[in-house]
Amino acid sequence: MHPAISVIFFTVISGAGFGGIFWIGAGLADGSPTIARFAVMLLSCSLAVAGLLASTLHLGHPERAWRAFSQWRSSWLSREGILAIACLIAFGTHALLWMTALAGMTIAGWLAAALALATVFATAMIYAQLKTVPLWNQWLTPPVYLAFALSSGFALVAAVSPAGYFLGLPTALTALALLVIAWALKLAWHLQGQVSTLAQRGSDTGTATGLGDLGKVRLFERPHTGENYLTKEMVHKIGRKHAAKLRLFSVLTAFASAGIVCLLVWLAALPNLVLALAALLQIAGLFVERWLFFAEAKHAVSLYYD
Amino acid sequence: MTSLPQTVDKKLGLVIDLDICVGCHACVVICKEWNTSSQASPLADVDAYGSEPSGAWLNRIHTFEITPPDAPAQIVHFPKSCLHCEDAPCVTVCPTGASYKRSEDGIVLVDESMCIGCGLCAWACPYGAREMDPVEKVMKKCTLCVDRIYNENLEEVDRVPACVRTCPANARHFGDFADPQSDVSQMVLQRGGFDLMPEMGTRPVNKYLPPRKKTCAELVAADVPVAGSFLGWLDRALERLG
Repeated sequence: MHPAISVIFFTVISGAGFGGIFWIGAGLADGSPTIARFAVMLLSCSLAVAGLLASTLHLGHPERAWRAFSQWRSSWLSREGILAIACLIAFGTHALLWMTALAGMTIAGWLAAALALATVFATAMIYAQLKTVPLWNQWLTPPVYLAFALSSGFALVAAVSPAGYFLGLPTALTALALLVIAWALKLAWHLQGQVSTLAQRGSDTGTATGLGDLGKVRLFERPHTGENYLTKEMVHKIGRKHAAKLRLFSVLTAFASAGIVCLLVWLAALPNLVLALAALLQIAGLFVERWLFFAEAKHAVSLYYD
Repeated sequence: MTSLPQTVDKKLGLVIDLDICVGCHACVVICKEWNTSSQASPLADVDAYGSEPSGAWLNRIHTFEITPPDAPAQIVHFPKSCLHCEDAPCVTVCPTGASYKRSEDGIVLVDESMCIGCGLCAWACPYGAREMDPVEKVMKKCTLCVDRIYNENLEEVDRVPACVRTCPANARHFGDFADPQSDVSQMVLQRGGFDLMPEMGTRPVNKYLPPRKKTCAELVAADVPVAGSFLGWLDRALERLG
C-alpha cells in the first residue's frame, strides 16, 4: 500500500494527542503546576487536531469532509470522525471546568478519556476491517494502535507531572511498562502478520481469475503499459526496499532509546520533564513504524498486477 | 445510506465469457468513451499525449497465461470491471453516503457530489474496480451504464451497457441474475460460471465463464507419423539411411 505522508502523520500525531487526552482525563496531570498543566492540555489537543487536519489533506475534496459524520452505522471512518469531535468537545469541557474551578471536571475528564480510546480504536478499525489487506486484517491491529497511543501520550503528559508516582507506581516505570507492552504487542502483530498473508487466506492469481483449476496462472500482460491509480495506490512496492533497515531504526528509536530514557528517569530519579525526550523519540520512531505498516501491506488487487 | 439493502428486486450484472474474449479492448475503449461524455464529469486522463500517460478507466483487460499440467500453455484475455457485489465492502466503508447499492436493481453507484475522495472504497475492493479520477478527485466506477439501460430515447437494442453492445465477439452479456430463466442465469448454469475471489465474501453478481476444454492433446501426439502413410514411409526410409 502506498504510504501517504498525511495519513502516517495523522495516525502517529493524533494517536499521541488522543493518548495524552486519555491520561489527562484519567488524572495524570492533576498535580502539575497550573501553567504546565495548561500547556500539556493545549499540546495534546493540538496534536489531536493537527493529526485530524492532516488527514483531510489526502482527501480529494476536503471541503466536503463534514459529510463524513453521516454514515456511522456502517463506516469506521465516519465513526472515527464523530468520536474524535465528541472527544475534543468532552476534553474542551473538562478544560473549561478546570479553568473555572466548577464541579464535574473529573467526570468530563473520564468521558474524554473513554472517547479518546474509542477514537484510536476506530482509526485502527479502518485498517483492521479490510479483508483485502490481510496484514492489517488481524485482531492485534487495534491493540497495537491503542498501545502506541497510550504509551506516547503517557510520556508526553508525565513530563509535566511532578508526581513521582501515578496510580501507586513510579511514573517513569509506568512509562517504561507501557512502552514494553506496546512493543510486545507490535512484535506479536509482526509475527502474526508473517502468516496473515493473501496466500494463507486462500487467495492467489488462480482464485483472482477463477482459472486456477485449469493450471498454473501467470500474468502475461498488464492492461496498460503505464502506471494507474491502482498500481500507484495499492501495488506500491518502492517503500519496501529498505524495510529491514527502517524496522531496526524504528525499534532503536521508539523502543530502545525511549526505554533507556524512561529507565534513567526511574533509576537515577531524574526530573519527569526528561520523559518528554522519551515521547519525542517514540513519535519519531513511530513515523517509521507507520511507514512500514503501509509499505509492507499487500493488497488483493496486486494479484491482478504481479 | 451506505448500509447495504436487505433485498434487491433485480440483480443486474454481466457475464463475461473467457472462452470467447479475444482481448481487442473494444469494450475498454467504448467504456471510456461513453463514461467520459455521459456523466456529470469527464473520465479524466493526465499527460494523455505525454511520456507518462495515466488516467481513470472503469474496465481494463488483463491477459493471463495458464499452463495446464498436461497440455501446452494458453492465453486468456480477462476483462475486469465492477462486479456489483451483493456484499459490497466498498459501500459499507464509505463515510459520506456517496457510495450506495440500489435496492431496485443491485447496481453499485457513487454520487460524485457527495464523494470526498478519501479512497477507502478502493482499498476495500479486492478487484480494483474503483479508480480515483485524477482531475475531479472523486471515485469513479462502472455504473453498468445506468444511463443507457433504462434510457427510452435509445433504440431498444442499445439499452445494454456500452461494453456489451460493442463487443465484436459477443463475449459479454447483460441480464438479471435474480431471474433463474434469464439468458445470463442459464449461461452460468450451463457453462459453470464462477465468482472471482469467492473467499473475500463479497458475493459478486458478475460471473465469468471458463475457457472451453481445448482439443490440443492430439496435436501434441502428432510427432509420430502414422504407419502406412507417405510420411510414415519417408520416416522409415530416412531412419534406414542412419
